[in-house]
Order: sequence, then C-alpha cells, then structure tokens
Amino acid sequence: SFLNRSFSSESNLIRATLFPGDGIGPEIADSVKQIFKVADVPIEWEEHFVGTEIDPRTQSFLTWESLESVRRNKVGLKGPMATPIGKGHRSLNLTLRKELNLYANVRPCYSLPGYKTKYDDVDLITIRENTEGEYSGLEHQVVRGVVESLKIITRQASLRVAEYAFYYAKTHGRQRVSAIHKANIMQKTDGLFLKCCREVAEKYPEITYEEVVIDNCCMMLVKNPALFDVLVMPNLYGDIISDLCAGLIGGLGLTPSCNIGEGGIALAEAVHGSAPDIAGKNLANPTALLLSSVTMLRHLDLHDKADRIQDAVLKTIAEGKYRTGDLGGKSTTSEFTKAICDHL
Amino acid sequence: TYMPRPGDGSPRPVTLIPGDGVGPLVTGAVEQVMDAMHAPVYFEKYDVYGDMKNVPPEVLESIKKNKVCLKGGLRTPVGGGVSSLNMILRKELDLYASLVHCFNLPGLPTRHENVDIVVIRENTEGEYAGLEHEVIPGVVESLKVITKFCSERIAKYAFEYAYLNNRKKVTAVHKANIMKLADGLFLESCREVASHYPTIQYNEMIVDNCSMQLVSKPEQFDVMVTPNLYGNLIANTAAGIAGGTGVMPGGNVGADHAIFEQGASAGNVGNEKLLEQKKANPVALLLSSAMMLRHLQFPSFADRLEIAVMRVIEEGKYRTKDLGGHSTTQEVVDAVLANLD
Ligand SMILES: Nc1ncnc2c1ncn2[C@@H]1O[C@H](COP(=O)(O)OP(=O)(O)OP(=O)(O)O)[C@@H](O)[C@H]1O
Ligand SMILES: Nc1ncnc2c1ncn2[C@@H]1O[C@H](COP(=O)(O)OP(=O)(O)OP(=O)(O)O)[C@@H](O)[C@H]1O
Ligand SMILES: [Mg+2]
Ligand SMILES: [Mg+2]
Repeated sequence: SFLNRSFSSESNLIRATLFPGDGIGPEIADSVKQIFKVADVPIEWEEHFVGTEIDPRTQSFLTWESLESVRRNKVGLKGPMATPIGKGHRSLNLTLRKELNLYANVRPCYSLPGYKTKYDDVDLITIRENTEGEYSGLEHQVVRGVVESLKIITRQASLRVAEYAFYYAKTHGRQRVSAIHKANIMQKTDGLFLKCCREVAEKYPEITYEEVVIDNCCMMLVKNPALFDVLVMPNLYGDIISDLCAGLIGGLGLTPSCNIGEGGIALAEAVHGSAPDIAGKNLANPTALLLSSVTMLRHLDLHDKADRIQDAVLKTIAEGKYRTGDLGGKSTTSEFTKAICDHL
Repeated sequence: TYMPRPGDGSPRPVTLIPGDGVGPLVTGAVEQVMDAMHAPVYFEKYDVYGDMKNVPPEVLESIKKNKVCLKGGLRTPVGGGVSSLNMILRKELDLYASLVHCFNLPGLPTRHENVDIVVIRENTEGEYAGLEHEVIPGVVESLKVITKFCSERIAKYAFEYAYLNNRKKVTAVHKANIMKLADGLFLESCREVASHYPTIQYNEMIVDNCSMQLVSKPEQFDVMVTPNLYGNLIANTAAGIAGGTGVMPGGNVGADHAIFEQGASAGNVGNEKLLEQKKANPVALLLSSAMMLRHLQFPSFADRLEIAVMRVIEEGKYRTKDLGGHSTTQEVVDAVLANLD
C-alpha cells in the first residue's frame, strides 16, 4: 500500500489530509504542523475544513472533496469535530466512518512515563470493530412500551477486523491477541465473531490467541492491565473497553487513535471533544492529536520520525516543566509545543 | 434498639445451594459462622449443579416457600447462554434486580480509595433476551429488548434502595446516544421515577464515559442503575477497583424472593487448584449472608458477622491469595469465628 501512495509532484513528500476540526482543533493541529516541520517529516498537508453548509452529495457538512482527499491520499489526521445541532444531516464522525468505511478503530494505550496515574503498567492496544454490532441503528417499537434494538454481526466484518488485529500484532512485534466477547450469553452473534477470530488466528501460529469474556476482562484490566497485549472486539465492547483503558492512563486528552478503512485508508484522530470552553485560548493539550499523528507515521512506516516525536512528547511531559492545565500545569499550548520542539 | 414482634426470634428456613467448584467451600464457611453465632436460620440444602438440564422442581418450591436462598456458584455449561441455571433461577423466580455492593474494605490496600458503589442491574431482559438467529449464512442478529415495565420497576427499586439506605445519588448508565429508542426508554423511565424522589440526586452517564470515570474517579459514584449488559460490566469493573470479586457481596431480588450470592460473579466456581488447596475466598459470601440476615430482619446478627469479617480483613493476617495472602478458606473462617463478639 505504501507504493501507491500519492506523492506531491515536485518533491517526494507524502500527501496527507488534515482536518483541523472545531473548537480547540485548529490550535492543536497547528502544534502538530509545527512539530512536523521541525522534525523534518516528509509530509505535505492538504487541509480541509468542515463546511458551513450541507453538501448534498454527502448529506453532511463535510464536502465530497474532503472525502475524496482522504480516499486519494489514503492517510489523514483529524481533530475533533462538533456536530452542529439540528436536523437533516448526519453527524460528521458518522459520515467519515460510513463514507470511508472505517472498519477498525485502533487505540494504543500505554502509561506515559513521568505522568503518574493509579495504573503505571499499561501497554496494550484495543482494536474495535467500527461498522456494525450494537451500532447498526436498527431499532423499533414493537408495541407501546416495548422496543427492540438489533445487534448485527457479520462474518465479513468480523473477519476483516480480526485480520487487521493479527496483522497489527505481527507487524508491531506483539505476542498475543485476546478476543473479547460475551458468547456465553450471545451464542450466535458473539459466537460468530469468535469463530472468525479463531479462523484468522490459525494463520498466525506465532501469535498467541485467547478469548476472554468481557465482564472478566473489565475486572482483569483494573486489577492488572499488564495481563493484556492486543485486544480485538465487537463495536460496543470496544467502545467501553477502549475508554476504560484510556481512563487507566489519564484520559482522552492523552490517548491516540487511528481508524483503518477500506483499501488501506488510515485516518488518525484525537478522540476527545472540541472543548468549546477553552477554544481559542491557547490552553488546549495537543498530546492526543500528536500521539495520533505518531500512529499515522507508523502506518506510513516512518518509524524513526514517529519515535523522535513520541520521545519528545513523552520527555516533555515526564520532565513536568511544561504541562497544560488539564495535566495540572500552567503552560499554554504554544509553550508546550515549543518545549517539544526543543526536545526533538 | 430493635423491637421485634413476638415470635420473630424463631428460626427461619433458608434454601441453600452449595453449587459447583468452590461453592460448597464458601457456603460451608457461612454454615459454620451461622452455627457459631446461633443465628436464627436453618438451611434446607439442595444438590444443584451447573450441568443439570433444569433446576429441580423441589428446589424452586423450597425457595418459593422460604422466600430466601443462599447460593454458591453454579457453573455455566459450555455453550452457556440463557439455559444457564443462574439465568433459569432468575427467570423462574422473577428476580429482576441484581445488586452488587463494591466498596473498599478498611485495611485492604487497593489502587483507589473511598469506593462505595452499589450497582443495581436489570436482570431479565435487554441483551440477555436470548433472541438470536442467522438471517443468511454469515449474518446473525441478536435482539435487545427493553420494556417500559421492566425499566420502571428496576428504576423504582434503585431509588427505593437509595432512599432506604440513606444513599444520596443515583446514576443511570446508558448508551442512548446510539440506541435512542431502547436505552432512551430506559432513561425515560429512570427520569420519571427520579422525579418522585426530590431528595435524591439523579444523573445520567454514557456507559463508555462511565467506565473511564470508574477507573479515574470512582469516588463520584453512589448508586448506579443499569440495563442488563452494562450492569454486568460496570459491576465487574467496580468490583475490580475495590478489591476483586472475591470480596464483593450481592444478590438477586424480585417482588417475592431473594437469592444471595457472591456479588459480581454468579458463574464463578473457581479453578481446580483453588478447590484442591481449599483456598477460595469466603469473604464475599460471608458479607452476602450478612446482607441476607439484614433482609430477614436480624440486624444485630448481620452487624456481628460483618464486624467480625471486617476485623479479619483489617488485621491482615488471614487473607486468601486473591487478596495477596496465603490462607486457606478454613483459616479465614477460624479467624472470623475468633473475632465474633
Ligand atoms: N486537548 C485538550 N486539552 C485540554 N483540555 C481538554 C482537551 N480536550 C478536552 N478538554 C477538556 O475536557 C472537558 C470535556 O471536553 P470535550 O471537548 O471532550 O467534551 P465536549 O464538551 O462534550 O465537546 P464535544 O461536544 O466536541 O464532544 C472540557 O472541560 C475540556 O476543556
Ligand atoms: N471467592 C473467590 N476466591 C478466590 N478467587 C476468586 C473468588 N472469586 C473470584 N475469584 C477470582 O476471579 C476470577 C474471575 O472471577 P469471576 O467471579 O468474575 O468469574 P466469572 O466466571 O466471570 O463469573 P460471572 O460470569 O458471573 O461474572 C476467578 O477465576 C478467580 O480467579
Ligand atoms: Mg466512546
Ligand atoms: Mg465475572
């Protein structure tokens, strides 16, 4: 997939789409751009903004051109997008997920050295199926006071996310993949998910495969998160477990995330919100978006750039001299960014 | 002081299901302690095992007559699902509320402090409806059913529990931003009931955020009310941060009956090693039986039992492996007996 990437014409820069997003988005995106420049990352950003009117081709504030840009570049970075309240359009995140068929959400979760939480031994990856399951949107009222909601599990989507999980484990030097399920209750749906995971596991004999019931997984995670390596799971469980893991290391302001889509698309994103309360005040913490951009670089096999940036971010946080307000510090976004540049 | 009605001191029959694996070990612990206290209960013991096709009718009759049952774990058979005996008992007796009390025991070091959470979980519908089918090869559906009737009664129970136990806040856990109708109906019911309890604070939290909050600021939670699946996850998370499923008491209750068991793990029957070495932790079930004594209106027996267990934990000399110790079940029981007032 690396070979058919789009390079900009005059240089051999890799073109990547950037959605700065809303609220604090532009500030933290600036921080990423600045750090990429100082680190000499061979990326040329193609910036796209959320529109002010609905594009009828996408039924959303995201334009067709924006989506095309991601499809063409196959790689992108996205800040938070607040979906404007009102009817007649889809949520921006949902539009991206559906249109680009972002089927897997990958969240590396590791304790940041120097930033103390109650859990200092976390180093795991959650991989969440992102297109079906409990989020099918199929619900109806049977009679007054009785509603049904459908959970859909397909072989195709389960195989696809399982394939990605094992591929990820193999290419990232991980030893073990745990499939998280509740097949003791949902025998057919979660049963199918497990069956697909087992099939894929057979193709990766070098990787240990195990199955863990979700409630037990919750308990094990809070007692000893070091028990886990790569976790793969259906949509709802992934939603819950990935946030739980983010909580272990200090919250959404610190956790990177990357979405994998059809045809090898990788769209990295900060999973926190647009934080309208501090937008435009130079107070936002860019760490989550920065670490997300690091996952993007790793996807592009630019590992030395990824390492340099990740190290600089971690060093800056560990040193503790420059930290933003959410981490108990007093620094502005620009001071924190500058400190990272100095550590590069 | 507690002024009983004449005759309240006569012993009450309780159905006892030792169950599988370490079940008999921990129910045996309860029997010994009840004996030593001369508690006004006697057990009607039944052999029930997880691999049975059904709960024997005489067991159901016994529970229906006694209203109260104490039970060890029942193994969920491979294939499991709605045919598990734990589920059958809940269904047959309409035990619609499951309650797990997750709290820090003084003297037991854990990552978090000031955890004192009661998870009240709807036990009869939701994702556990057991309605699943294959639409076409490779595509399966599972139905989650939420009804006004069940949502209302669990919400009522949660608020009533909070009111009777001097709890200040009830948090409803949901995913109504995605499951707008199903979890929406659950929330609507909670709000309606909340409006009848102006002295109890009410809030709502989305389940993913809730899991994150549990591992970062668990002290913010008091009583939580949840649909079936979320409750299972929240209770196990809360149990984990407070010290593990081996110490958290709980039970299942409906309009007419109650079954007391280890809180966050009805299916837990331990492993071979635990059984062989006789090292299962009896603390959860001992605390559950204290809950049972209170339920039976024997408050001072409940207090005595709880205080003795707490002393043993605080002293720290006799703890099982899950709490970082080496003791056997019997050593812990003996320590509890020695600490009984
Ligand atoms: N990157 C960040 N740096 C500093 N503080 C942050 C950051 N992201 C979120 N916060 C803080 O966390 C809190 C929650 O904000 P967040 O934007 O995630 O949720 P929100 O208000 O629901 O936004 P949205 O509607 O876009 O989801 C806010 O008080 C915000 O200031
Ligand atoms: N009483 C106990 N004594 C010792 N260890 C325990 C005890 N209870 C639980 N454990 C430990 O915790 C692990 C997970 O237990 P848990 O009770 O959650 O089982 P479970 O099968 O998931 O039950 P459920 O399906 O009802 O949640 C057990 O395998 C065991 O090692
Ligand atoms: Mg989420
Ligand atoms: Mg469990």
